[in-house]
Amino acid sequence: MHWEIVIGLEVHVQLSTCSKIFSGAPTAFGAEPNTQACAIDLALPGVLPMLNRGAVERAIKFGLSVGAHIAPRSVFSRKNYFYPDLPKGYQISQFDLPIVGQGSLTIQVPTGTNGQTYEKTVRITRAHLEEDAGKSLHEDIQGLTGIDLNRAGTPLLEIVSEPDMRSAAEAVSYARMLHTLVRWIGICDGNMQEGSFRCDANVSIRRPGKELGTRREIKNLNSFRFLQQAIEYEAQWQIDTLEGGGSIQQATVLFDTEKGETRSMRSKEDAQDYRYFPDPDLLPVVIDDEWIEQIRSSLPELPLSKQAHYTADFGLSAYDANTLTSSREMADFFEATLNEVPNEAKLCANWLMGDINASLNRQSLDITQCPISPRQLGCILKRIVDGTISSTAAKEVFKTLWSEGGEPDAIIDTKGLKQMSDTGAMEAMIEEIIASNPSQVAEYRNGKEKLFGFFAGLAMKASKGKANPAQMNEILKRKLAG
Amino acid sequence: MLLSIDDVFKIARLARLGLTEDEAQIAHSQLSSIFGLIAEMQAVDTHGIEPMSHAQDISQRLREDTVTETNQRELFQSAAPQVKNGLYLVPQVIE
Repeated sequence: MHWEIVIGLEVHVQLSTCSKIFSGAPTAFGAEPNTQACAIDLALPGVLPMLNRGAVERAIKFGLSVGAHIAPRSVFSRKNYFYPDLPKGYQISQFDLPIVGQGSLTIQVPTGTNGQTYEKTVRITRAHLEEDAGKSLHEDIQGLTGIDLNRAGTPLLEIVSEPDMRSAAEAVSYARMLHTLVRWIGICDGNMQEGSFRCDANVSIRRPGKELGTRREIKNLNSFRFLQQAIEYEAQWQIDTLEGGGSIQQATVLFDTEKGETRSMRSKEDAQDYRYFPDPDLLPVVIDDEWIEQIRSSLPELPLSKQAHYTADFGLSAYDANTLTSSREMADFFEATLNEVPNEAKLCANWLMGDINASLNRQSLDITQCPISPRQLGCILKRIVDGTISSTAAKEVFKTLWSEGGEPDAIIDTKGLKQMSDTGAMEAMIEEIIASNPSQVAEYRNGKEKLFGFFAGLAMKASKGKANPAQMNEILKRKLAG
Repeated sequence: MLLSIDDVFKIARLARLGLTEDEAQIAHSQLSSIFGLIAEMQAVDTHGIEPMSHAQDISQRLREDTVTETNQRELFQSAAPQVKNGLYLVPQVIE
């Protein structure tokens, strides 16, 4: 019998403000411990939180980009729990009146074959603002825990989805799309190693069409690979448990990245009682339509709209469109290249997703660090399109340009990469090949047509790779026919 | 709502307070009178009244996103019982 996996994600997005959500301390990553924790972050007596406009603005940006309702009035609440990296004894968060209401995100999910994808819309339940906690360091100090409060008070947007995903692949596609979106609209740097984008996955299984099963929550997944592995492991564990006659207890689990297993952290019995209540230190946040409209008009064209544009107007596949909109910089690079060779979208896409991406990956660079500019790439492609160089020669121009720089046209000249377009010279060359291979010519003329490739290879070699393949094949076919 | 002595211990545990039986009895009677007041308030007809989340009917002023605080670690840590390498030290906590 078949099991259906049900997944909902909670994603913590660190907002890219320069100061903290309730204090004027800096948020830069990697500072010496506790040098960026001010009196408010340390919860010294008598301090008051002051809400950062930049954090609210980023939350509104996100809400608008997922088509969500922005609450005209939202409220901060205290979430009470004791832990040494939370000096106040409560986290300022939002509970019943979050800033961002229901929205949705449309994703392309790879089917795993041939770059095929299918489309799915995941509903977003809500997104709320809250402060991050500090960091506890358990190593190094015998019998004691070290506390660094630099991260305390860093603004987070927690984005909660409905349990709409049905496989690890769908969950990863959703998380990736969210990751693309928050960088696209400039509210988060997306650096997962530094914890700027962290996922919690709620996983349960059920028989299709039946009621939802009991879920377990996997905490703090900070890479797409771990997200995938953790969900796959957890779902299989739940299936094995139920099929073995056991039952699932609601629990919070951690993913052990070394062993590739999920492990229970705390069960429901000691589930926390957070005793949320409105924070009397903070007044309700009122957001007027004027501010919302001002932010709406500042939003860039969103990835989904660009994807639709690429498939409808440029004839690209959903997969290509999805890859080209993986970041705003990538989309800009693509469009600038296409501007050089209009009507050659597929060619631009192939080179960008092929040679450019592969070369970037090899050197761990991102598209903003690409040594070849869209104008230069466009120039190479223009020379392919107008027949000046072959695709093979284009790769050579590309390699030279990548490692040594220069101008494509100059490289073509210096390296003598122009295609042979003198038909007279090509005809003479082909006649010579035919003359020096009489037995193969006879076989070919007797019906062994496979030999055409043999002649084409010889001709291309004789032209030192400069022959225009289409032109060469045409002449070769005519001459061989006799 | 009637408060039991077990409720008092639960509330004390959430607040990380250790109570003796005698203290719990005192807290029980004090908390019960607070709950009495709450019951009185809950009996008031609030039909059609928009709930407030703050006693003052004004909205939050926002601060511009600028860094205004400088590093005062030394000053702050001079009040801490134990520090090392810039970290505050606390009894070991393991989840």
